[in-house]
Amino acid sequence: MNTMSNMNLKLPLSEEDVKKLKSGDTVTLTGTCYVARDAAHKRLKEALDQGIPLPVDLKGATIYYMGPSPAREGHAIGSAGPTTATRMDAYTPELLDLGLRAMIGKGKRSQEVKYAMKRNGAVYFAAVGGAGALLSKCIKKAEVLCYEDLGAEALRRIEIEDFPAIVVIDAEGNDLYETAISEWEKG
Amino acid sequence: MSEPREINVSEITAAVREMSIKVNHFLSEDMKECLNTAKTTEKSRIGQNVLGQLWHNLQIAEEEMIPICQDTGMAVLFLSIGQDVHFTGGDLTEAVNEGVRQGYTEGYLRKSVVEDPILRENTGDNTPAVIHMQIVPGDRVKITLAPKGFGSENMSRIFMLKPAEGIEGVKRVILEAVKDAGPNACPPMVVGVGIGGDFEKAACMAKQALTRKAGSHSPLPHIAALETELLQKINALGIGPGGLGGTVTAFAVQIETFPTHIAGLPVAVNICCHVNRHLEKTI
Repeated sequence: MNTMSNMNLKLPLSEEDVKKLKSGDTVTLTGTCYVARDAAHKRLKEALDQGIPLPVDLKGATIYYMGPSPAREGHAIGSAGPTTATRMDAYTPELLDLGLRAMIGKGKRSQEVKYAMKRNGAVYFAAVGGAGALLSKCIKKAEVLCYEDLGAEALRRIEIEDFPAIVVIDAEGNDLYETAISEWEKG
Repeated sequence: MSEPREINVSEITAAVREMSIKVNHFLSEDMKECLNTAKTTEKSRIGQNVLGQLWHNLQIAEEEMIPICQDTGMAVLFLSIGQDVHFTGGDLTEAVNEGVRQGYTEGYLRKSVVEDPILRENTGDNTPAVIHMQIVPGDRVKITLAPKGFGSENMSRIFMLKPAEGIEGVKRVILEAVKDAGPNACPPMVVGVGIGGDFEKAACMAKQALTRKAGSHSPLPHIAALETELLQKINALGIGPGGLGGTVTAFAVQIETFPTHIAGLPVAVNICCHVNRHLEKTI
């Protein structure tokens, strides 16, 4: 591994983009994505269960797992680093089946999520956890789309520019967290 | 008997307010040193890249007053209260919460607390704080603020070992906790450990261990040796910065101990991310 390819990609990603991405590739992302974390996922799931149309179209979409701190005057957003994706695993396979194509977060994903990613051709990127100030500089616009009562957990749409990320799990199910850690593990 | 020293609780509110804002924007010197050293020792290229981003992140946080991490934490406070102090002007716990309320609201910090763990409605001002109070000799009040993010808090564990498992059992469970935490806890991490006491004493010591100067050792020689050995074993796990593989998985292992029962060997592991916010002030 350690391909370090530094691709620049436009969001939303195409099916072709996803196919060429390999676990370990470093990329920068530019374009539109949604922001949602625990409570917004729960609301989306409740809507699906009740047969209510989702407030956003997930076909081809990217979700950034993140809950920002409040923006200061003149800033699009406050601190805005990734949250742990693992907590969204319970909701993710269903969203992938609805067309979700990319996720940005940090932390491990379940086997069920990996199967659903493979089945649907999706990719999971990690951004650096705890680099919220740095990553906020790559967010040029942010607006709350719905679930405003959830505060930091509201569903948002953001415009990102040259947002640094790394492909952790590709559409073939290769997982950098497993391969890279075993490469550096000293028996 | 000496007269009690009067402290108006508004002083506590003001201190907590100011500390909440400072601790979330300015990394403490000990943690900065850990990160700076790691930049030179990390062997993996991706790991070096992650550490570089983290270093740059700190500069932006300070210069532009953007919190280091968006998870500005649940406010955890340790108050060491001198027994010769007499608080005036109101309720001490409410004064601490008012400081958190003001700091988190006026400091543009994230409100991450829900009122009821099942119903989960956000309290809107990051209160209440988790407050640990201890009465000590003297007439001072030492406030330690350690806002805790839950990426790492969720990866913390407690083990009630049998005495027969001994030191080997202690090592095994600490390594297990760190290995399971992996990328989720935002490594490089600081590993706080409490050994002994009972169930809640062990957990409390593990949290308090995180507030020690990073990299400082236990005064007990066998515990200091255990800290050194575990740090080396943790860094051999390969998790690395961001969990993307590498040689720096933890900056430090910090262990606190307390006498325990003849039948028990509690071990609590409280993991913290690379930010490990902690700040002290004495009034």
